[in-house]
Amino acid sequence: MAATAHLTLEEIRKGLSWRKQLDKVFIAVGLAFLFGCLAILAILFFDLVRDGSSRFGWDFFTSFPSRKAENAGILSAAVGTMLIMVVTALVALPVGVAAAIYLEEYAPKNWFTGIIEINVTNLAGVPSIIYGLLALGLFVYQFNFGQSVLTAGLTLALLILPIVIVATRESLRAVPKAIREAAYGLGATRWEVTKDHVLPYSTGGILTGLILGLSRAIGETAPIITIGALSFIAFLPPSPVTGEFPFLNFEWLMSEFTAMPIQMFNWVSRPDQAFQANAAAAGAILLGMTLAMNAVAIWIRYRFRKKISW
Amino acid sequence: MSQGKALQAKGAFASLQYRKTRDRIIELVLLAAGMVAVFTTMAIVFILFYESSFFFEHVSVKDFITDTMWTPLFADARYGIMPLVAGTLTVTGVAVLVAIPVGTIIAIYLSEFAPHQLRESVKPILELLGAVPTVVYGYFALLMVTPLLQKIWPDLPGFNMLSAGLVIGLMIVPYVASVSEDAMRAVPKYMREGSYAMGATKLQTALRVVVPGAFSGLAAAYILGISRAVGETMVVAIAAGMMANLTFNPTEPAATITAYIVQVSLGDLPHDSIGYQSIFAAGLVLMLMTLVLNVIGFFLTRKFREAY
Repeated sequence: MAATAHLTLEEIRKGLSWRKQLDKVFIAVGLAFLFGCLAILAILFFDLVRDGSSRFGWDFFTSFPSRKAENAGILSAAVGTMLIMVVTALVALPVGVAAAIYLEEYAPKNWFTGIIEINVTNLAGVPSIIYGLLALGLFVYQFNFGQSVLTAGLTLALLILPIVIVATRESLRAVPKAIREAAYGLGATRWEVTKDHVLPYSTGGILTGLILGLSRAIGETAPIITIGALSFIAFLPPSPVTGEFPFLNFEWLMSEFTAMPIQMFNWVSRPDQAFQANAAAAGAILLGMTLAMNAVAIWIRYRFRKKISW
Repeated sequence: MSQGKALQAKGAFASLQYRKTRDRIIELVLLAAGMVAVFTTMAIVFILFYESSFFFEHVSVKDFITDTMWTPLFADARYGIMPLVAGTLTVTGVAVLVAIPVGTIIAIYLSEFAPHQLRESVKPILELLGAVPTVVYGYFALLMVTPLLQKIWPDLPGFNMLSAGLVIGLMIVPYVASVSEDAMRAVPKYMREGSYAMGATKLQTALRVVVPGAFSGLAAAYILGISRAVGETMVVAIAAGMMANLTFNPTEPAATITAYIVQVSLGDLPHDSIGYQSIFAAGLVLMLMTLVLNVIGFFLTRKFREAY
């Protein structure tokens, strides 16, 4: 009180304009950091495209890895990544959605549910390489799945499970109570309410979660290196579709594989300059796929949010 | 339609009985899916302890903690985890020095200053930084950041912890910024209004009312960021070299716990060798470090969610 009493109007005005200047300085710093980060992302992408530009071409997509940089391609890696993603999606989607439905629609509020929830939160923070060690100890040594597409797919499915669960729970929670109550009022059981009313409204959120999860899985390198994936694979897994009855073949599940991020890691860690162009090209494709998947996820979220009005 | 027919055929009572039983079975299936999370955690703990028990049959826990050399792949094998922990802490330290200031300032800007439209459109793009595959960040650290740093310090070795740490810092900025921003948005409006009424500017309000009010949330954001940095693998494996080196100097090459696990996985050691089993012991240490961080982070986030 005593201090302000001595301030003249002049001094107060001066202090105020100084403080307002500081506000502007902070806004400038904040914007600089924000757009600095975004600029780095853009530079990273354009640099990869530029460094890898010499390698983009049909041959790069249709060739197996090779000792000679200019002959090497990503065929086995791209096919491996696609097959792994199929396994991951087929496992993570049903398990993740079912777990989320249980936690959101069925679970009583008690210590047991609390334990499941803490586990989901905690798993989201476990480093990915630990999932690799888990898969090595469990799927490779205990279950004898080998260093196969199946092992990699299951590992990545466990890795993205928390992402799918959290996204599904959020979109289930966004469905208004009134819709559930109306369905209960007509005599529907809990499952009928969930299946016929709650789930259709949450499809957008669930899809978003799955795509974000897969975009995380597609770039994960550490866990699949840990299970012992090889980087020099010059053959393709057996085709999942065959010409004869029953037209499906599951041998590819047990096949050895390589994947895009492993291929890139292998190229980037070679001292030979020529392979770094390959690494850049593979990185640009990988980053492009990740960004595209994220864009699709954002778009789906936006579309569904706009379409539904309660 | 089919339900209508079923009603006529069995009568409403039987149908209700059937639907209730079906519901009960479905609930059990859903519960089983929920239990996958619990089983995964238990399996992680079991596998790490079980596999590293073979390692600790050969190496005493005391040597593991106190020895200053980590050379399991050499003829003269020594098994002291300290160099790997030092490498992990150094890289994490550099990353945190980037991510905490940058992330916090971006969060304050987005939560207190940015126009609504800008915030909504920039946030998803910022989160893309956390979605970039880590192997791509490794390429970035080794082939772009390190050459750039070498222009400033010509003596900097081609593999060093500095560029790995800087890039990991960039990578965790979105995590820090997004959790911090949530925490600051949770501070109620009337607290800001009280501050404005006293004649404070936006910046003063942000720094002296909102930031202290969101303190536990900010701490949670930092801890979650640190835990990400501790577990990050590919950037260090590519850019920091893979030689265990007991140092806290970021301009030197060194291995982290994660980089060592990758190094062994790339080699062709047999499963029953001590060298192979050592990765599970290293993984156990890594998991304990992140577990402690995650538990602290979990309780801090819960605290700020309940505070107001």
